[in-house]
Amino acid sequence: MTNAEQRRQFIKELGLLLPFDALLTEVEEMRPYECDGLSVYRRLPMAVALPDQVEQVQAIMRLCHEYKVPVVARGAGTGLSGGALPLENGLLLSLAKFNRILNIDPANAQATVEPGVRNLAITEAAKPYNLYYAPDPSSQIACTIGGNVAENSGGVHCLKYGLTVHNVLQVKIITIEGELMTLGSETLDSPGYDLLALITGSEGMLGIFIEIIVKLLPIPERAQVVLAAFDDVEKAGEAVGAIIAEGIIPAGLEMMDKLAIQAAEDFVHAGYPRDAAAILLCELDGSNAEVSEQIMTVRDVLKKQGATEVRTAKDEAERQRFWKGRKSAFPAVGRLAPDYYCMDGTIPRYQLPIVLKRINDLSAEYGLPVANVFHAGDGNLHPLILYDANKPGELEKTEAFGSKILEFCVAVGGTITGEHGVGMEKIDQMCVQFQSAELSQFHAVKEAFDPERLLNPGKAVPTLQRCAEFGAMHVHHGQLKYPELERF
Amino acid sequence: MILQIKNQCISEQLQSQVLRAIDEQMSLNIVAGNSKRFLGRSVQAKCRVLDISAHCGIIEYNPCELVLTARAGTPLKEVEKILAENGQMLPFEPPHFAGGATLGGAIASGLSGPRRPYAGSARDLVLGCKLLNGRGEILRFGGQVMKNVAGYDVSRLMVGAYGTLGVLLEISLKVLPRPVVSTTYCHECKPEAAIRFMNDLLRRALPVDGACYYKGQCYVRISGSQQAVTTASNDIPGEALSYQSHFWQNLRDHQLSFFQTNTSLWRISCKPATAPIKIKGIAAVNDWLLDWGGAQRWLVGDIEAGRVRDPVLSQGGHTTCFRGIKNNVDVFQPLSQPMLTLQQRLKKSFDPLGLFNPGRMYAAL
Repeated sequence: MTNAEQRRQFIKELGLLLPFDALLTEVEEMRPYECDGLSVYRRLPMAVALPDQVEQVQAIMRLCHEYKVPVVARGAGTGLSGGALPLENGLLLSLAKFNRILNIDPANAQATVEPGVRNLAITEAAKPYNLYYAPDPSSQIACTIGGNVAENSGGVHCLKYGLTVHNVLQVKIITIEGELMTLGSETLDSPGYDLLALITGSEGMLGIFIEIIVKLLPIPERAQVVLAAFDDVEKAGEAVGAIIAEGIIPAGLEMMDKLAIQAAEDFVHAGYPRDAAAILLCELDGSNAEVSEQIMTVRDVLKKQGATEVRTAKDEAERQRFWKGRKSAFPAVGRLAPDYYCMDGTIPRYQLPIVLKRINDLSAEYGLPVANVFHAGDGNLHPLILYDANKPGELEKTEAFGSKILEFCVAVGGTITGEHGVGMEKIDQMCVQFQSAELSQFHAVKEAFDPERLLNPGKAVPTLQRCAEFGAMHVHHGQLKYPELERF
Repeated sequence: MILQIKNQCISEQLQSQVLRAIDEQMSLNIVAGNSKRFLGRSVQAKCRVLDISAHCGIIEYNPCELVLTARAGTPLKEVEKILAENGQMLPFEPPHFAGGATLGGAIASGLSGPRRPYAGSARDLVLGCKLLNGRGEILRFGGQVMKNVAGYDVSRLMVGAYGTLGVLLEISLKVLPRPVVSTTYCHECKPEAAIRFMNDLLRRALPVDGACYYKGQCYVRISGSQQAVTTASNDIPGEALSYQSHFWQNLRDHQLSFFQTNTSLWRISCKPATAPIKIKGIAAVNDWLLDWGGAQRWLVGDIEAGRVRDPVLSQGGHTTCFRGIKNNVDVFQPLSQPMLTLQQRLKKSFDPLGLFNPGRMYAAL
């Protein structure tokens, strides 16, 4: 797409593929699509398409391919890394109208859904069969399953039930050439390479999801939550390892630090001890007998680890209240400052004390407070940096602070993103986590699906040039190994 | 506590062998324990052997983190031993077959044992890997943490790729606590009833971690805490099986008498609730073994490939001629042309010269 004439021609042809109200090109009507959940990045696309037929998506993709127009797919736009940020010269493809649950198959414990179906809607539809869909990102009331697959979303129950990649059986995709392909199968594996694993979490870079089959699990007979308070964050961290050392895999194991506890308590009155340095929420689920046994063990372990208080939710209402505090931690912290910035590093759990100390030191250095919310069971840390975007330079300072945290996560053997994705936000930190040969391999993988790099270009995987500018790539005398081999 | 035990790293030697192969345009046949030699197509004739069995040892294992990292040539037995000493296990129960199986082979073949539907597959449990690609580069993907969405999930792509995308050097896996108690009950029933029963279990929150139908008997394994197993046993009919039978291990390693045959052995992957598949000339009970609660079915008999493949395909399943290939049939389920093209492109992105295990999976890969 080189000039205005071609652009007009493209929009005109696009209009022929869609009903009048399914194509937006006016600035005012495209405004809601200018950002996703990470609203510090905003940009208007060339056009927004809202198809509701598979054939329309195929035709749109063929047209984009013909005109070399980049495509950014979008579900509910709840993503936190700018993955659905539009491109100025690109089409924003909303899959929101594909919102039907096509089939619930209780005999095989699976559900076939369109990509725009909300995460929680699957669980609601499966409930009459005593089944549910396990991954539960905190945005589950709003986020769509298509977005979940694109980001390989997690949630608070990952330690026991896995991420999206463990709970999806099959996806149908539309390639950039407009071909409909099936990856995975309704069975527990499929022939050839595991493209389903590859495309899960690929952030819209390899194909457009058009239908998804997810695995359903039986609703546990009982779920119970234990709350433990600690006067020291480090002790709370050690208690997590001690629970696992007992051979127990909790359904959820969450930690909050003092600032997060107080914010949550003020916001929803969850019944948290306000003076604790840290709390742990440990949820156990399974058969009635198993849960009873595990609660006793967990209570003992927590006391032995120096908990100042151990409380088992006395009824379902209290259990819900305990969780409500955790699940509303982000908005609660949001009340403490005009803005907050949520980080998403993962670390080996035993590194927690050193990482928390580093975050505290950085907090003092940058003069920005941090509240820590932590999926403690699987090492996924969400430091929330408090700042004020209206103060000149404060956003830049916050971003620099965040980068330091992520780079430290990598240094202790972790990763820059546990569940929010790289998107636009963490693209420079990819240069820290990966060497140039690894990034080249990612580009080569993309090329296999999308040779002209039209699907969500510029996100998730940085170019080597970008990394060189960022200053994090280790290129010796400007030369890469094997210059004769093609690089992307 | 981070445990460091005896190990041997030969990644540099392996890298120079791959670089030499690039220079000479010589294909490589990657081997280690050779326990799965019978599986897959024969690698094209003109190949040099790349033996990785000396690249072995557990690199890092911290039981509290539930993660183990080991070199690809590490014998599975060694991995399982150290896990057992710490009350843990590889949840996917990889088969050892006749013995000598290595971690690298378990991941490259992607095979999982009886616990697979309940605890996840080999691919589900892989967290990261280090590999040599066809440019002779040593690359790292994923990591040692359970949640990691940075970059494409290349580690899981390696699972079941039969070494055709790269030489696995190191693998990080999620491990789990071993259940305190495990009991198996078996009862006699018809295959239809067994399939119904095993699938009803999927919708009930019972601590089931194995379900199989063999010679007219339905076997169900329940595992967990003492209390959990005792309570759940009220819901499972039949007699308790003796611990000495090693039933699940023999099933995992194909040591049950069912597998001792000179005819072809077919593996069928289907939706678990699929009704018994009728194939002319195949006995409804004795020629079949149903594992994974009905989702993985084994069939013995010398019949023409199409007579197995067509009915399975029509039910949404797929087939592998696992042992005893006759008449040059495709070992793995043939792929559609667009799918094969995409997979060829992907292969090329890792191994542009087509050096690694050419033809082991498909002639074109």
